[in-house]
Amino acid sequence: MKISLTINGAPRELDSAPLVRLLDALRGPLGLTGTKEGCGEGECGSCTVLLDGDPVNACLVPIGQCEGRAITTVEGLGEAAHLSPLQKCFIDEGGAQCGICTPGMLLAAEALLRQRPDPEEPEIREALAGNLCRCTGYQRIVESVRSAAALRRAASEGAAR
Amino acid sequence: MVQSSPVETRSPSVGTSVPRVDGAAKVTGVAVYVDDLPRLPGELYGATVRSPIARGVLRGVRLDPTFDWSDVTVVRAADVPVNNVALIIEDQPILAVDRVNHVYEPVVLLACADKAKLARAVRAVTLDIDPLPPVFDMEASLAGAQIIAGEDNVQKRYLITKGCADVAGDDAAVRAASAAAIDAVIAACDVVVTGRYFAHHQEQLYIEPQGVVAWWDEAGAHATGSIQCPFYVHKAFTKAFALEATPSRIHITQAVTGGGFGGKEEYPSIIALHAALLAKKSGHPVRLIYDRKEDIEATTKRHPCLCEITSGCDKDGRLRALSMRVTMDGGAYVTLTPVVLSRGTLHAAGAYRWDDVRIESVAVATNTPPNGAFRGFGAPQTIWAIERHLDAVAVKLGRDPLNFKAQNVLREGDVTATGQVLRSSVAGLECLEKAAEASDYHAKRARGPITLGRKVRGIGGAVFMHGAGFTGSGERYLKGKVAVDLLAGGRLGIRTASTDIGQGTETVFRQIAADAAGLSVDAVDFAVPSTTTCPDSGPTVASRTVMVVGSIVENASKQLAARVREESAKGGGTFAEAADRLIAREGLITSLLQYAPPDFIQWDDAKYKGDAYPCFGWACDIAEVEVDLDTFEVTVIDFWSATDVGKAINPVMCKGQIEGGSLQAIGWALSEEITWRDGHITNPRMTNYIIPTSLDAPRFQTILVEAPFAFGPGGGAKGIGELPMDGGAPAIAAAVEHATGVAMASLPLTPERLLASKHAAERKGV
Repeated sequence: MKISLTINGAPRELDSAPLVRLLDALRGPLGLTGTKEGCGEGECGSCTVLLDGDPVNACLVPIGQCEGRAITTVEGLGEAAHLSPLQKCFIDEGGAQCGICTPGMLLAAEALLRQRPDPEEPEIREALAGNLCRCTGYQRIVESVRSAAALRRAASEGAAR
Repeated sequence: MVQSSPVETRSPSVGTSVPRVDGAAKVTGVAVYVDDLPRLPGELYGATVRSPIARGVLRGVRLDPTFDWSDVTVVRAADVPVNNVALIIEDQPILAVDRVNHVYEPVVLLACADKAKLARAVRAVTLDIDPLPPVFDMEASLAGAQIIAGEDNVQKRYLITKGCADVAGDDAAVRAASAAAIDAVIAACDVVVTGRYFAHHQEQLYIEPQGVVAWWDEAGAHATGSIQCPFYVHKAFTKAFALEATPSRIHITQAVTGGGFGGKEEYPSIIALHAALLAKKSGHPVRLIYDRKEDIEATTKRHPCLCEITSGCDKDGRLRALSMRVTMDGGAYVTLTPVVLSRGTLHAAGAYRWDDVRIESVAVATNTPPNGAFRGFGAPQTIWAIERHLDAVAVKLGRDPLNFKAQNVLREGDVTATGQVLRSSVAGLECLEKAAEASDYHAKRARGPITLGRKVRGIGGAVFMHGAGFTGSGERYLKGKVAVDLLAGGRLGIRTASTDIGQGTETVFRQIAADAAGLSVDAVDFAVPSTTTCPDSGPTVASRTVMVVGSIVENASKQLAARVREESAKGGGTFAEAADRLIAREGLITSLLQYAPPDFIQWDDAKYKGDAYPCFGWACDIAEVEVDLDTFEVTVIDFWSATDVGKAINPVMCKGQIEGGSLQAIGWALSEEITWRDGHITNPRMTNYIIPTSLDAPRFQTILVEAPFAFGPGGGAKGIGELPMDGGAPAIAAAVEHATGVAMASLPLTPERLLASKHAAERKGV
């Protein structure tokens, strides 16, 4: 079937069986391999993307459910020359090591910061609890999110002035 | 891409937290991991048909005649030129021939362009296997009721002796004499304690599953994938495809790798061989990537280990004599077991002084998937045992465990169990004191466990050391090499087979090279590790990358920069101009250096005596836990680690290693457990093999201690990769004991086991 959806702000169309996983559609026909597969059963969170702003596991969402909806992947957060605060802080604070959980982690954190611009540490840990990391011990990821929150607040205050 | 000229700088980058150079690619999703590699023309998917039986005679393979096999490539043992996985010994076939020795053993390979059809094809293969009685238990294997490997199921033995137990010779009579000697010395001690300690399997659970893409062309065989050690794969290809005469026809290249922790040390050879066999027979590139279930089932795990310890000490707590028996479960094939057992044995006496030592170790085969490399490499298992044992001795002495350990921890000038004199860079006591102070350990112990409603809080610690670099003469045999090229504009290019699998090698090597050459970090390039373009630096293992390979990078960079500066002094101009003149005159200018181990290292492999490691990293971990007295769930509230790294090249990355390793240790201690039925893993999924989440992880308070190693790069760096895996489990068990009075001797500390231990202790009236 023909499916129309918005990906990282741009309208896209694809022809796909409706039960194809969103993860496979993104990585295959849509050419967005930044979204990773770690388990294929919704446990590791590596394939986290935003579906109309909410974090979902792309391995558990059939593409047929995405008709008319908006998806944000890691490629939509920022390119190397224009990194978002979260991306920058994950590099500076050691939030990324091997990097395979990083795209999903970034999107889970992005969803949190859109709702809660100044989260407490337990809120950050709660928001990231569906995203497994085996490298960092999470401490530096939590620090990265906290620093990014401060950068975003500073930027929005600057913009408001 | 336009490269700017290098900036000459005198401000060192070593010791500063330079952001990781591969960071931007990783946070924008453009880093190319194996499954992100663009599909090659004609590429097929590969799959593996595995034994469902733990042990048996393979009578035959039947392909369902009603299935359409026309577009499916089938590879069997007969298609393999030399059917051996080249590693330490050659006991493991690439595909099973007439025997299967563990569930999940590969028997048949399939490839097809259609992934869905490939899955059906796997189900259309039937293996005819006559079952034989399997052996799953390592003690049963050692007893030899069923002989499943070699003459006696034994994969390797070691004996370490010191003092009274040091009787020359290696036959049975001598071994018995040495045992009698240590027994007599222990029997004469004031305080004698005996215990039995068990450590369990652990899955590496890197978040990126294993995978390789392989193809053949006019240049030979190619494999690219999630690989820790490209030259291991190269060696395996040389043997399997009989390419000894033309090893340059093998091209193994690392893709960006999503974690390894040892799991991608030796196992990728098998995946790469399988993919290359399918590619050879089909004439097409083949992509063989495991899904999570297959990865957990088929790949290696941490060796289970049983330690039986009897020790003797004085009334005042001075340790005297140690007798220890270490038994490890190697699984069905030897893989790296002899080396894992070696490291485990060499760490079994812990970080302590003993006058007399006898450590006898053995690894045995069982009909379970081969165990292999996992961060710590045997040491976490034996350190778990010795730390728990010393906690038990402290209880018997009526002493605080950490005070008792401080009394006995090795100091400068002391001699280890192998007779190694610790000349310098010995920081066990400093780590212990710093961790105790930061955690307020002594006040919290003195206060006793705190009860908060149905929860009770306790604190405990572990002290440990971990040998950095290869054991004994390893580096002398290995002759690790690095090449540093002088590039246009005076840039440097590092070529090494040491891989960055998340630890930060690319960044840290650039820092070391930049400082050695007096350049800025962005003036140094790092080539993708490939056996075609990089020299063999030795494997990315054993906490050797920074300390050993980093020191070659440092020397080679220094050498190149000196040549450029000499040219500049003679002919004038900037560093960049002088470099360009040299290149115009001489062409490619490379400094290719081989590692030269410090002269003082002397090791006797036959007697297992001498300098086991060039140096040790030291640490003290302290855990504060809450135990729910209704459910026996354990939560780690805070975790302090004072860790001696020699010199932190990049403090943020260094702390990242310590925190990440500590959390793997916490997972191993509390929740990670492989469960088995008839040789099958019953929990091969992330749903039921439970690693810690962000909510399970404690706050980490990491204190970097720097006791420099004179031969380490950047002013004295030592290895840090494995050390943080060693202390978490015994620290947590000590904290649980403080909180509840339950002294656990077996891992993991799941609620069920804690409850059972508490009931058992109550029945005994303890």
